[in-house]
Amino acid sequence: MNAHTRPADPAKLIKGATGDWEIIIGMEIHAQVSSKSKLFSGASTEFGGEPNDHVSLVDAAMPGMLPVINAECVAQAVRSGLGLKAEINLTSVFDRKNYFYPDLPQGYQISQYKSPIVGEGEVIVDMLDGSRFTVGIERLHLEQDAGKSLHDQHPTMSFVDLNRSGVALMEIVSRPDLRSADEAKAYVTKLRTILRYLGTCDGDMEKGSLRADVNVSVRRPGEPLGTRCEIKNVNSIRFIGQAIEYEARRQVDILEDGGVIDQETRLFDAGKGETRSMRSKEEAHDYRYFPDPDLLPLELEEAYVEELKRGLPELPDEKKARFVESFGLSSYDAAVLVAERETADFFEAVVAKSDGGARDGKAVANWVINELFGRLNKEGLAVTASPVSAAQLGAIIDLIGEDVISGKIAKDLFEIVWSEGGDPRQIVEDRGMKQVTDTGAIEQAIDAIIAANPDKVEQVKAKPTMLGWFVGQVMKSTGGKANPQAVNALLKAKLGIE
Amino acid sequence: MICNEIRLEPMSVDATTVRRIAHLARIAVTDDDIPHLQGELNAILAFVEELDTVDVTGVEPMTSVTPMALIQREDVVTDGGYPDDIVANAPMTEDHFFMVPKVVE
Amino acid sequence: MTDLTDLTLTEARDGLLSKRFSATELTKAHIAAVEAARSLNAFVLETPEHALDQAAASDARIARGEAGPLEGIPLGVKDLFATKGVRTTACSKILGNFVPSYESTVTSQLWRDGAVMLGKLNNDEFAMGSSNETSAFGPVVNPWRREGSNLQLVPGGSSGGSAAAVAARLCLGATATDTGGSIRQPAAFTGTVGIKPTYGRCSRWGTVAFASSLDQAGPIAKTVRDCAVLLTSMSGHDPKDSTSANVRVPDFAAAVARGVKGLKIGIPKEYRVEGMPAEIADLWQAGQDWLKSEGATIVDITLPHTKYALPAYYIVAPAEASSNLARYDGVRYGLRVPGQNIVEMYEKTRAAGFGPEVRRRIMIGTYVLSAGYYDAYYLRAQKIRTLIKRDFETVFQAGVDAILTPATPSAAFGLAEMQTASPVEMYLNDVFTVTVNMAGLPGIAVPAGKDGQGLPLGLQLIGRPFDEETLFAAGQVIESAAGRFVPPQAWWA
Repeated sequence: MNAHTRPADPAKLIKGATGDWEIIIGMEIHAQVSSKSKLFSGASTEFGGEPNDHVSLVDAAMPGMLPVINAECVAQAVRSGLGLKAEINLTSVFDRKNYFYPDLPQGYQISQYKSPIVGEGEVIVDMLDGSRFTVGIERLHLEQDAGKSLHDQHPTMSFVDLNRSGVALMEIVSRPDLRSADEAKAYVTKLRTILRYLGTCDGDMEKGSLRADVNVSVRRPGEPLGTRCEIKNVNSIRFIGQAIEYEARRQVDILEDGGVIDQETRLFDAGKGETRSMRSKEEAHDYRYFPDPDLLPLELEEAYVEELKRGLPELPDEKKARFVESFGLSSYDAAVLVAERETADFFEAVVAKSDGGARDGKAVANWVINELFGRLNKEGLAVTASPVSAAQLGAIIDLIGEDVISGKIAKDLFEIVWSEGGDPRQIVEDRGMKQVTDTGAIEQAIDAIIAANPDKVEQVKAKPTMLGWFVGQVMKSTGGKANPQAVNALLKAKLGIE
Repeated sequence: MICNEIRLEPMSVDATTVRRIAHLARIAVTDDDIPHLQGELNAILAFVEELDTVDVTGVEPMTSVTPMALIQREDVVTDGGYPDDIVANAPMTEDHFFMVPKVVE
Repeated sequence: MTDLTDLTLTEARDGLLSKRFSATELTKAHIAAVEAARSLNAFVLETPEHALDQAAASDARIARGEAGPLEGIPLGVKDLFATKGVRTTACSKILGNFVPSYESTVTSQLWRDGAVMLGKLNNDEFAMGSSNETSAFGPVVNPWRREGSNLQLVPGGSSGGSAAAVAARLCLGATATDTGGSIRQPAAFTGTVGIKPTYGRCSRWGTVAFASSLDQAGPIAKTVRDCAVLLTSMSGHDPKDSTSANVRVPDFAAAVARGVKGLKIGIPKEYRVEGMPAEIADLWQAGQDWLKSEGATIVDITLPHTKYALPAYYIVAPAEASSNLARYDGVRYGLRVPGQNIVEMYEKTRAAGFGPEVRRRIMIGTYVLSAGYYDAYYLRAQKIRTLIKRDFETVFQAGVDAILTPATPSAAFGLAEMQTASPVEMYLNDVFTVTVNMAGLPGIAVPAGKDGQGLPLGLQLIGRPFDEETLFAAGQVIESAAGRFVPPQAWWA
């Protein structure tokens, strides 16, 4: 059990007045399954829509309505399980979780309680400082989302819209393996990346496609687990971090004042950056789970799981390892590139030459990460909306490699392609951007500069670092198009510097 | 007969339990209702007590009375798009929303 | 033309096809009978205009030679089946004036085959009852009376309206549902034939749920053959019901005349309950004799877990019901009693909307599923269900084709006679029928004789899964031997 064996890391402890405290965090992530229709009905899952428009008779729990399971939701859950390196349970059971709430039309949520579709798995999380840790996944199960209540439309009434009612969710339950707000944020980020790679959840937190319930407790390092509080429905990665930090501090303060932590459900108030008790939900829950008699156990074939496994894309961990291995990238660069599947795909598209050959991975990574990402971020664009295509960027990188243009000119060229488009090779041709490799022309320029600056010629002999000044002058007089290596070599020869 | 499960409490409900169950079931009960409800529930519980004498060791609980596989439907949007019908029988609606007394969180 | 209501469904169908009378005439005769029989309270909603429209369409199809298998046949529909545009209440106040925008699969198949709907039939509230006295519309009166008595009797339940309407010749057949005996017990109390098919035979889509793992729709009709005709139309796989069986639906009527020669009929000793009235025991013996004389072999069998079926049922059914009935919360349809807050609204609505028996069963169901009790009650009951089913499997594997039992422990009792009885005493009505639901098997109740006071009594035949055909064949042998049972006079009209 990771929770008991992972030694306390002094850097992650929080300081209290009476000593250090360790934060223990476990998470339940609700990830909306990417599917066209709902888990048990044929109504659309599309976000938005007019009130109660994406609602079938089943979703509104009309008398006599029955659930029929969506095959794609099952497949997506299995894919997600495989992506979390988890065991797939060939038999799983849908249970009813009974409670009354206006946005829960059936009076129960169909969920999986004792027999989830996916069992234990793990997620490996890399931190920016290069450290990595493993988060145990306890289970993943399928369940129905609830509808939405609006409380601000009327002074005394709440408005209920069931468009989301019955949309498939995957609840992914982690072990209490997280030890800081940063770790929790990194875990959710990584989980989101995996699900997006798999195409099983779009991870759009603004639309509520990914929500977290965060369990937080604190303890003295090495001591048994403390009482935990569950912070419900935190809907951004930033808020997850804020909620944990606030909650851990709150608990430490209570404990240091000699108080005890009440096990309770709390709500994160993003406006105030605080968690507060959900008084309305304080009453004891008794969900009266039992197998849904409208459904049968879900039985899967080994061959079905194998087929889904074969269809899985390369996942971020494997992709990163391959980028390091095949392209000689640094671990950091590889991690940046694989954070989004689209980015990694773009990178690989740039690397691949149309003739089947490959460009230098390191050079491509540099261009993609430094130039392209920089520019995309500035404009707030996704890589899929990049004005510079992979082929165009590849051509620019080729022109450098072929010594047709210098790195500096390449940046100008990138700007032209970004704003005007076009074939980079043609642009270089048309606008005379080719670098000068003709030694005669460069020699001419050097001779002119040497002749015009006898004092500098004297200085450089005593101080060879002055060579840079000459290089600059030559580049300036050739409009930046002179090949820097050639300039260097010729200058050294003419000035007699070793 | 072997009884392989341990009872938590004797098989009878008290007035507090009747109230708790009624609240869980969201059915209002008055103080006057309690005694006869308690009596009836206890009579039913006494009636089913006989089941304790059955040896169920190693017996699988029934999950589906006729053996069949769960049919999975294709992921196609085939339903919805009739909010008028959805709210047609609702006691209180506005703009196709259902209305309920304000829920506070 | 009043004698049109005396016809069986099969006879009426022949008359329509040979154009001796029209669907409109047949329907009008039944509408008149329904109106004249309001004192029985069998119908909770009459839909005469709807019926006449359907009948006119049937006449047109008959004229074009496009008659369906039930063309122009006037039927009643238990108020548990959602009927599009026609109020559906499950005879509960909580559904109020609920008008569905959808039609149940079972009834839609009847209309597909040409049947005519006369209206909605009374039943115990949410099908919870054995006397039709829990209905929000008040009790149904049995068209049968004890000889020399005017005492009003119950028709049984929960499909009391269906059974009474068929017995009183108000319709040629009716839809019904059976969770613990709700088709077979009222059929036995009214001298009609009722079959609960194998679980999964009829779709549950659009039928108000009581206990999902036990509920099955089926017909109540005047004869075994009529039941077979109706069940053929009602059955079939429905992709909208995950528990609907994808098996072939035979022409059940073709099995009716098959006979019982060579069949092995089991007589379970556990059904010979203590204190069984002699007339029930005699009837049971008579049934065995009839089957034997037609070539069946009678064998003694044992179904050891029989006595646990009823207590286990009273855990499983209320548990499922407590969850199924959670949707009646005053938010989206039906009754709403305002409250200061949402919880108060729920509690007041459900207290006012559900009758005492429904409230009681919801409470029991809630209790047996609640934390700490699930294993002791629900899980244990479901294990016992496995044992009950295993009993039947063992017997069928040993070559038994069908099992013969009494349908009920007694004949119909008086209205309000059981009012002073405890709920449990009322539950004992289902003692012979409930095992069949627990095991998901088909069961048919066929009238076979009368008690000392002239009231009909029924026998039950239990079959292998999806072998309703044998039940129709054996049922017909009993019907042929015992004759049909029709209330002596239409005292209610």
